[in-house]
Amino acid sequence: MKWLSPFFWLDDKVSPRWRGVYTLFKKELLRFWRVAFQTIASPILTALLYLLIFSHVLESHVKVYDQVSYTAFLVPGLMMMSLLQNAFANSSSSLIQSKVMGNIVFLLLTPINTLEFFVAFLAASMIRGLLVGLSIYLVALCFVSVPTVYPGWIFAFALLGSALLGTFGIIAGIWADKFDQMAAFQNFVIMPLTFLSGVFYSIHSLPPFWQAVSQLNPFFYMIDGFRYGFFGHGDVSPWLSLAVVGSFLLALAWLCLKMLKSGYKLRS
Amino acid sequence: MAAAIEITGITKRFGEFEALRGVDLRIEQGEFFALLGPNGAGKSTLINLLAGLLQPTSGSIRIMGHDVQTDYQRARSALGVVPQELVFDPFFNVREMLRFQAGYFGHGPENDGWVDEVIEGLGLTDKAHTNMRKLSGGMKRRALIAQALAHKPPVIVLDEPTAGVDVELRQMLWAFIQKLNQQGHTIILTTHYLEEAETLCERVAMMKQGKIVALDTTRALLKSHAAKQLSLRLAGALPEQLSPLLKQHNGDDVVLALSELSQVEMVLSVLREAGVAIVDMQLQEADLEDVFMRLVGNQKGVHA
Repeated sequence: MKWLSPFFWLDDKVSPRWRGVYTLFKKELLRFWRVAFQTIASPILTALLYLLIFSHVLESHVKVYDQVSYTAFLVPGLMMMSLLQNAFANSSSSLIQSKVMGNIVFLLLTPINTLEFFVAFLAASMIRGLLVGLSIYLVALCFVSVPTVYPGWIFAFALLGSALLGTFGIIAGIWADKFDQMAAFQNFVIMPLTFLSGVFYSIHSLPPFWQAVSQLNPFFYMIDGFRYGFFGHGDVSPWLSLAVVGSFLLALAWLCLKMLKSGYKLRS
Repeated sequence: MAAAIEITGITKRFGEFEALRGVDLRIEQGEFFALLGPNGAGKSTLINLLAGLLQPTSGSIRIMGHDVQTDYQRARSALGVVPQELVFDPFFNVREMLRFQAGYFGHGPENDGWVDEVIEGLGLTDKAHTNMRKLSGGMKRRALIAQALAHKPPVIVLDEPTAGVDVELRQMLWAFIQKLNQQGHTIILTTHYLEEAETLCERVAMMKQGKIVALDTTRALLKSHAAKQLSLRLAGALPEQLSPLLKQHNGDDVVLALSELSQVEMVLSVLREAGVAIVDMQLQEADLEDVFMRLVGNQKGVHA
């Protein structure tokens, strides 16, 4: 891991005041990097398999927006889906693992405050999510050309989405007591919300009832806003998506900090 | 000078159960202190309160003068706790883990020398680059202790550090901890092995059902609570005159409890007058276990 050290050029420069949060962030980053096959490579492969299979089967059958091939349409959806799932997986699995192993005690004994705790776990989760998303984009470019009409929107939704799910992951990690509960959370909440958010289709192709239901799903706004950045088209206005995603993020961050501050399940 | 630890009127309830029922305790800087008591006496609860892992129902705790709740960052920086369970992070090797741990407390590369000293002092040098997951039980225990020391805390709490540990490690560990104590670190120890507390600690607190039932120097405790024991094998019956001292009786073997050494003379003269010959005789020093049993335990198995 010596070759990684240039990335940690801050090691010698961080002041003692910020070293706690910096160290926790660095540890979280290295934690997933040590198992990069599982945490980075495998979600990329999964997304590419989706891309190859769905585009092969549906390319000639589905037309979503004018002048956008189905394969190109699929790429931002898959990027966002993987980004969200991995941001969630990072913080949640790190926390549940340290809780089950018991080594979280070594973190709780330190002077790191709740905001620092939150920021360190969140930042590492966001980086994993963004890394996976970006890698999928780069690999997808080998197969299909995907425009980037509004890079600012792409960037904004990537950041917000990874932050939202990173926060969600911290909450789930604190709440769950067993791997079992975490898996249930992942399979019964995160997976359906992502799959039903318009990753593989435009909600305009749905019957009116399901369109309305989809609009209650916060994940829909993350994917739609993100896709707007690529194609300049969306099912709803990107500003609406921004407002919905931003509000959810604030609400979850507030809840998460409140849980951390009260010591819920960690100091009880 | 602020006390290393100052506990004032601490109570802790878990629902109906009262784990701590008003504990006051002051431990001065530089002390080597033992906290003893049977399982369930409240030792671990007290340690968790010190460490900020639990919040007290009432009362306050200061570590090096810093309140563990209102000034928790300074309080935690002053404290190093070795947990009882063998917990570890499976992603990193020993040295990485120790550097992270020091980092959480604000220490950077300038602290690496100390981390290496801890690694060496605990005999972990060969294992510094080994993943925590691959260490044997004994080595994990050492790494756990090292982790608590990584930020060089002035106050060190060892919660049964030698449970299930072989003799070699135990000796190495105590040599290292004693060295730290000589350098000025305050050491608080809970242990199952009362003879360890007896040899290492200047002062002892004994807990029972959430309260401190004895608090004194080890020597004073031994002196005031435990008698010396005189074991005798007699050729005849024990004279009636000596029966108030009788502690155990097993055929010709008797054990007499003496409050002071001068009583030996009296016992011998009574036996001589009664014409009872002594086949064998042994004088035993009282140990902390006697005090412990007398103060906190009716139960057979002694758990500190």
